[in-house]
Amino acid sequence: MKRPTSRRQFLLAAGGAVAGFGLASVVHVKPARATPAAMQEAIRKVVGPASVNTGKVTLELPPLVENGNTVPLAVSVESPMTEADHVRTIHVFTEKNPLPDVVSFRFGPRAGRASVATRIRLTDTQTVVAICELSDGSFWSGSAAVVVTLAACLEDV
Amino acid sequence: MASALINVPARARRGEIIEVKTLISHPMESGHRRSQLGALIPRDIIRLFVCTYNGTEVFRAELHPAIAANPFVVFSTVATESGTIAFHWTGDNGFSVTESVAITVG
Amino acid sequence: MGPLCAAASALAVGALVMATFAFAGEIPRSERRSGYDFMSRETRAMQDDDSANPGLLWVLEGEGLWNRKIGTAGRACADCHGDARASMKGVAARHPSFDAARRRPVNLEQRINVCRTDRQKAPLLAWESRDLLALTAYVARQSRGLPIEVAIDQRTQPVLDAGRAAFHRRQGQLNLACSQCHDDNWGRRLAGNVVPQAHPTGYPLYRLEWQSLGSLQRRLRNCLVGLRAEPHEYGAPELVDLELFLMWRARGMTFEAPAVRP
Repeated sequence: MKRPTSRRQFLLAAGGAVAGFGLASVVHVKPARATPAAMQEAIRKVVGPASVNTGKVTLELPPLVENGNTVPLAVSVESPMTEADHVRTIHVFTEKNPLPDVVSFRFGPRAGRASVATRIRLTDTQTVVAICELSDGSFWSGSAAVVVTLAACLEDV
Repeated sequence: MASALINVPARARRGEIIEVKTLISHPMESGHRRSQLGALIPRDIIRLFVCTYNGTEVFRAELHPAIAANPFVVFSTVATESGTIAFHWTGDNGFSVTESVAITVG
Repeated sequence: MGPLCAAASALAVGALVMATFAFAGEIPRSERRSGYDFMSRETRAMQDDDSANPGLLWVLEGEGLWNRKIGTAGRACADCHGDARASMKGVAARHPSFDAARRRPVNLEQRINVCRTDRQKAPLLAWESRDLLALTAYVARQSRGLPIEVAIDQRTQPVLDAGRAAFHRRQGQLNLACSQCHDDNWGRRLAGNVVPQAHPTGYPLYRLEWQSLGSLQRRLRNCLVGLRAEPHEYGAPELVDLELFLMWRARGMTFEAPAVRP
């Protein structure tokens, strides 16, 4: 006997709005997603054959985000930032956004502090990873998990 | 019509680490969104942000579509000498904006 | 399932919905809260920092437009109004306000367009256009920190009444009235978001969902779409009626434009 698919089930399967309330007349077509594997590959491109140590990098994101369009992010690395010992770069990656790369920052001793803040987009609940390269060639990483919710009432553009 | 807001202290002590806040208007169209008719809206983002201090690069950020609209970047730099701190944003479709601020370091 | 069973279960569901839905009536003055109070710490920080609040980008553009001579009259806003910091202080917090020529209250966007057409002899700025948002943001910024106070007299009372009626009227396919969410169930959650009290204390504002600055009318139209009701056209009297009522309902609250909201 054929089981009828309810409208809500169809929309959820198609990746539509989370709640039954206020469904937009336009179904948002979700773009192709990066996978954790794509993120690892993107990290590999930056790091090369070197191994990545866990530590030194502090990545701050709100654990629960009101809107995935604008998520404040702060990342800092403990470092004296001298000519001899400083942070060269910090790269940020996501595991579920359409593309794994988010942003890369380049520093030098003139930065004073290896500390940046910006605002990013997150399409879904996921883990964000920050990788830094030190002047001695070593790589360090930190990560943060974020829960992302959809707006209750979507705008019909 | 891109406007930018820059927050840098006007004066600083030599060797002091100062915080620089930058905000520029730009839609940062990701290239993943679709119009109501289903057509993909092409990517249009700022791709590079460079800060120079009296001509020497002191900070750089490479941006991807995951940076939120109206990019906001906060970073630090050491107040080494008086002069000009310049900010240069470049991106898709020939986007290019330069702003600069004066700083007095004593 | 027979028709009686269906009716009974519908009633049961209805009763359950009724039970969880509070009926509170108008919010007491002491309990009124701006949407700011319902936001996360991070979003509040974004609003509070003029270096981080994207709405300030539109304010900056608006300042440029304020000083630009335009139209066949070759006049800038500044030519008549001088320094906006003085002349526009309190103006946004008092709109919508009655326009004698049009015999109706007009909102701030309409007031700006009246000046453009009548005094600058320049074309109207389109609703939600960059320039209109920038000018509105610049003017609204001059009321930041001031209490909201719209004038209600015999001329504006009928419009206020129409706005109040609209606020309490069920509409759309969801058959909900604004008051059911914003008077009776504020503070509770709808999907991932907290329902605010719907006070227009911060307009025009930067809405994270829009990734842009937008007007109160845009937000009202969003709500109407959310109710699955036909949204009124920009500038429709029904929207201005509602704007006047909402500003009156928020009287005494602090104006915080340009605000940031999720």
